[in-house]
Amino acid sequence: MMSLFRSGPPSGEEDDAPFPAGTGLPAEHDPHDPWPGRRAPALETTGLGRRYRGAWALRDCSLAVPAGRVAAVVGPNGAGKTTLLRTAVGLLAPTTGQVRVFGRPAGESPAGIAFLAQGKPLYPGFRVREMLRFGRGLNPRWDEEAARRRLAGLGIPLERRVGSLSGGQRTQVALTLALAKQPDLLVLDEPLADLDPLARHDVMRSLMEAVAETGLSVLLSSHVVSELEGACDWLLVVNGGRVQVSGDIDDLLTGHRVLTGPAEAADALAARLPVISREETGRQATLLVRAAASPPDPRWSSRPAPLEEIVLAYLRSPGLSSLPRPSLTPAR
Amino acid sequence: MIEFRLDRGSGVATYLQLVHQVRHALRLGTLRPGDRLPTAKEVVSRLAINPNTVLKAYRELEREGLVTGRPGLGTFVERSLGRTPPGERARLHGELVRWLRGARLTGLDEEDLRALFASALAEASQEEIA
Repeated sequence: MMSLFRSGPPSGEEDDAPFPAGTGLPAEHDPHDPWPGRRAPALETTGLGRRYRGAWALRDCSLAVPAGRVAAVVGPNGAGKTTLLRTAVGLLAPTTGQVRVFGRPAGESPAGIAFLAQGKPLYPGFRVREMLRFGRGLNPRWDEEAARRRLAGLGIPLERRVGSLSGGQRTQVALTLALAKQPDLLVLDEPLADLDPLARHDVMRSLMEAVAETGLSVLLSSHVVSELEGACDWLLVVNGGRVQVSGDIDDLLTGHRVLTGPAEAADALAARLPVISREETGRQATLLVRAAASPPDPRWSSRPAPLEEIVLAYLRSPGLSSLPRPSLTPAR
Repeated sequence: MIEFRLDRGSGVATYLQLVHQVRHALRLGTLRPGDRLPTAKEVVSRLAINPNTVLKAYRELEREGLVTGRPGLGTFVERSLGRTPPGERARLHGELVRWLRGARLTGLDEEDLRALFASALAEASQEEIA
């Protein structure tokens, strides 16, 4: 895979970029080329469902995450995030439907997939050097030099025992081991849980630098939305075992607004715009709507909707969804 | 060189925040033609943001003709913004300060003033569109 930066500044790299040259926007509206960059989606599911002892953990899940994206999977605890991630990497077989990674069934994909499970499973009694040797023996695509360079850059000594490292350092070691496999798709289950804000920032920075160097696709789950802004460019909201939102984060931000105005005018507004959430306090109404521009009525004041508010609004209205039109999911 | 900031939770798309900050710096003259923008990798390392987002911002600025990417060298400012000559800007600034002092005397506080300015700005923009 080509590096995003190897040959210089952005203008020289249009071929490898997820957006078509010059437009600055994803070409998702062209039905003939739904996945620009000539690459199959990093992850694609159709009618995916998974049942545990009679209860559905995931149901009717159809989505596609374009290659090269850093996708956030958010939702309440028990919503099906981990089940989605584990079926994506082929650790869980679907009960219904299909999962494809770069166009091939999960588990059969020749593309490298690295999975970092919740709780960063490392052996506390092992030295960092021993963890590296382990990985080297198990992975034919192992990049030992890059792994050592990363650890040196982070100031993590190879002789230290894993159990004596801080939470942030352990996550960095686990991330280093995952990246050393040179995956095309890196899947991380709650990588930021239990980390302090500084460690979270450092881990996200390491991850973003890896994306910049290799162009790999990332799928990561979290239940804290605020820390994902800026780092992730695709959002999947999973709620009650269903995928409620799948889309480009920039498009979601520009496509939603919070409007505040007189309560008596709220019905008329709601008749014209799709309302995701609505609150009324006395004479004032606050609506989160799907709209790119402010309404022409000057009684309504309008502000951008923060990602966290958008996510909460959808989670509170499980009947609503923001998913690409069916035509955008290529039928195979 | 411009130092980007990120206002997480503002509801403004990250690439647009970068675009706005460059435009703002061009208006204020802190960025001038010939200046180099930080490489995507520099921005990624500083702010822990998605490299695709930085590239998207730079492509948008390039599309607007404000910057050009020169392969192997970097992204450079092509032209400045601010269609108003400096003298005119200073005059408007002075008028606004005088107006604000007068408004303060009537008992309006900073929040009142912001609300008033925002609604007047919205009204003026509506008239422009209409």
